[in-house]
Amino acid sequence: MSVTAATIRPVIPAQTIAILILLALAFIAVPHLASPYVIEAILLPFLALSLAGLGLNLLTGYAGQVSLGSAAFMAVGAFAAYNFNLRLGLPLPVTLVLAATTAAAVGLVFGLPSLRLRGFYLAVSTLAAQFFVQWALTKFGWFSNNSPSGVIAAPSLAFAGLSFDTREGRYLLSLSIVTLVTFLVHRLVNGPEGVNLIAVRDNETSARVIGIPVLRTKLWAFALSSAIIGLAGVLWAFTYLRTVEPAGFNLDRSFQILFIAIIGGLATIRGAFLGAALIVVFPLLLARLSGFFFDGSIDAGVVKLVERIVLGTVIIAFLIAEPNGLSAMLDRATRRLRSLFGRS
Amino acid sequence: MTSAAFLRTIPAAVLLPEFSAAFDTTLPRAAVPDLALGLEGIELHFGGIRALKDVSLDLRAGEIRAVIGPNGAGKSSLVNVISGLYRPDRGRIVLNGRAFAHVPSQRLPQLGVARTFQNLALFPGLTVAQNIASGWVFRRRFGLLAHLAGLPAARRETRSVDDRVDQVAAFLGLSSHLDRPVATLPYGLQKQVELARALVAEPRLLLLDEPMAGLTATEKAEMTGHIRAVRESLGLAVILIEHDIGVVMDLSDRVAVLDHGSKIADGTPAEVRRDPDVIRAYLGAEAA
Repeated sequence: MSVTAATIRPVIPAQTIAILILLALAFIAVPHLASPYVIEAILLPFLALSLAGLGLNLLTGYAGQVSLGSAAFMAVGAFAAYNFNLRLGLPLPVTLVLAATTAAAVGLVFGLPSLRLRGFYLAVSTLAAQFFVQWALTKFGWFSNNSPSGVIAAPSLAFAGLSFDTREGRYLLSLSIVTLVTFLVHRLVNGPEGVNLIAVRDNETSARVIGIPVLRTKLWAFALSSAIIGLAGVLWAFTYLRTVEPAGFNLDRSFQILFIAIIGGLATIRGAFLGAALIVVFPLLLARLSGFFFDGSIDAGVVKLVERIVLGTVIIAFLIAEPNGLSAMLDRATRRLRSLFGRS
Repeated sequence: MTSAAFLRTIPAAVLLPEFSAAFDTTLPRAAVPDLALGLEGIELHFGGIRALKDVSLDLRAGEIRAVIGPNGAGKSSLVNVISGLYRPDRGRIVLNGRAFAHVPSQRLPQLGVARTFQNLALFPGLTVAQNIASGWVFRRRFGLLAHLAGLPAARRETRSVDDRVDQVAAFLGLSSHLDRPVATLPYGLQKQVELARALVAEPRLLLLDEPMAGLTATEKAEMTGHIRAVRESLGLAVILIEHDIGVVMDLSDRVAVLDHGSKIADGTPAEVRRDPDVIRAYLGAEAA
């Protein structure tokens, strides 16, 4: 009997097994083994930025709509979650869903120009989101509960008797949200809506005459992308930094997220994670290295500038070597490995 | 799969969904029952250039109608007017028993019209199967949230679309390429994928803008066979824009000739071939 059961069992693709092993490690081993520094300084920002990169990739990579307003939607998510928690005292999951919905609504409004504008012109119009949101959050004290400098502090993260306030708790909360959203995005882009997104990106005219709802698809892309980036903002504010101010969600952050999406590989899911890993880890490595070699001998400000120059150079080098990003590089590497092992 | 078998896969009832009367048209309802397409006095200007001058054209159900003419004669403009990409300055277009001053391109598939493009307009980021399936999207009843939630009915719909794609691919001999990224296919096959994407929508009127351009002789013969089979098995009306006179004379029931935006001749291939205006403007000495 057991033989029959084994033969009937569907074959699970190697990639799925690899992802399950990775998840098991991330959920079970990492909280026990990783040092506080690794969790606080690397994993928490990595998770939040990966999620933001994933959200932007849905909009820019899949639907082909360039946006420079990502940090604004992160800010909307973070401040919305803060206020829903403060003023309504809702359970954590409800707060998260409402924060994502708020970010989606704001994203939808700033997505409206995409119905008429394309490419660089659209990118410039998304800058409006970037400046408007930052201005509104600073100008109206209500958003930050009238805190003098607009700084908000993360509330206690608890749900159903579980507290996520410890370092490991915040990590697990982040990881769970990122896993769930990634699964949903995977399902979305591999389903019929994924076809719509790519069709609108690749040839809008042809998409229109074959009856793909172009306008609706674009607006969905803006709403979903903003919702995901909004959640990333909540993670950034509540699990990583714990206190944030509107100025933390500036244009630099928007560019950082765009770079994550581009360097990782547009229109790929793992690209967001690879890109975020590079953007988060590389500056830390660089800081360690320069601290090791130049500590005390060169002015710290100069070292900081040199680090930025090196990071920029590395990004350019990566893009020249592989315009399709780290994801395509990984593809090539696995193919080469496979053919090596296949031959031996 | 034979053509007849493909025909049986399409229930008559799904050929065209009910079309809402709320649709924007102030023009009276035209009443020629087997008219697949009517163009009445179409004028189109680009700035000072008159691309189409008082062009009228009719197309009966199941008819293959070629539109020929030298480069710049207005052939593609005509197709773009029919598919709503251009708004004519005067005249009206009768489709599906309704008259339009400007065809709503977004509702084109609901009006029973599908088209291919002169230069391929596929989606390079998608596979062959996804490209073909995109032609059926306008019929989907389940939206994003239903698919995200994985509703059984939404899954059933996706499976039935896959079946339909398989059928059309088999009909055009594309079955072995379904999972390949469309951009990796040779040009001739990409042209056939575009035809498949148009056919999966189950149109009643097919607009083919230079389907033979860039094809080898073998591919042309194959494409000609497909167009004929499509007409015979599905009873589609076809507008064929084409430069290959051999293909045009071989396939078409009637041929209209455009020159400088005006229709200078209209008739059976034999009539058009003898027309002195046509010989002067387009066919030249070789046909004389």
